[in-house]
Amino acid sequence: MSTIDDTDRQIITALQGGLPLVPAPYATVAGELGIAEADLIDRISAMKQSGVIRRVAAAANHYKLGMTANGMTVWDVADDQITELGAQIGALPFVTHCYERPRARPDWPYNLFAMVHGETNDEVEEKRAQIAAILGEACVQSDILYSTRILKKTGLRLRRKG
Amino acid sequence: MMLDATDRAILNRVQDDIPLTPHPFADLAAELDLTEADLLARIERMKADRIITRFGPFFDAAAMGGDFCLCAMAVPAGEFESVLTKVNEHAEVAHNYERTHRLNMWFVLATETPEGITATADAIETETGITVHRFPKLQEFFIGFKVAA
Repeated sequence: MSTIDDTDRQIITALQGGLPLVPAPYATVAGELGIAEADLIDRISAMKQSGVIRRVAAAANHYKLGMTANGMTVWDVADDQITELGAQIGALPFVTHCYERPRARPDWPYNLFAMVHGETNDEVEEKRAQIAAILGEACVQSDILYSTRILKKTGLRLRRKG
Repeated sequence: MMLDATDRAILNRVQDDIPLTPHPFADLAAELDLTEADLLARIERMKADRIITRFGPFFDAAAMGGDFCLCAMAVPAGEFESVLTKVNEHAEVAHNYERTHRLNMWFVLATETPEGITATADAIETETGITVHRFPKLQEFFIGFKVAA
């Protein structure tokens, strides 16, 4: 865990809506914050080093790109094999997120979550079968949850301190 | 809108980290053999058309001392909209999806402190009377965030 100071918080607040799409975006933001462009870039660089900022990039809309089928595949994988198998599943090119999470028995027996995107549900099912083949007998049951509606998508919002 | 080959090349590139320099779009344009003005205009257009939903830094709440947690609720059909309103009112709810399962509402909480997860999830339980199942990540196997355009 890293510490961020008040200036970092101001930078995060200024950038959480996104980077201005102008030739010198950091100069624009630095001007708004009353700091030098070079200081802003240095601080962003430090936050990338410490992991506070994962990357500066675009988020693309799966739906608009025709990837309208989105299945959260979930698997009940033997605990002693999940680290090795999870790494194999996470490396598949069509898996966009892959995590081990706790089970919540009896409602939820699954401990491996792998998000699969495709243009159709058939394509997602075909990819799900590839995952099942890799997990083999280490997986005793599985399910797939399709998203039917985006109910909210805002990303992280920092609250102002104080 | 229709994406041409140039738009697709841009989209495939800008989902990865862009240069942290005073003129990042000029640097990207040089990489892609475009002019800075054309690149910016195309990114603006894709943003206006919601093909790009956001352009900027991706923050990791956990690295700031906060936390993320995937949560799920089994919401009765007749109560779905009223529960949704209560859940989405919380600023800590970053994404929320309806899914095909008895656990039909799945959302991510992003909070500035680890205690914030418990506090928010407990508050939602109190407000709705429905259990909020919590699925914090135990291991992350790779985040391949890119979508091929």
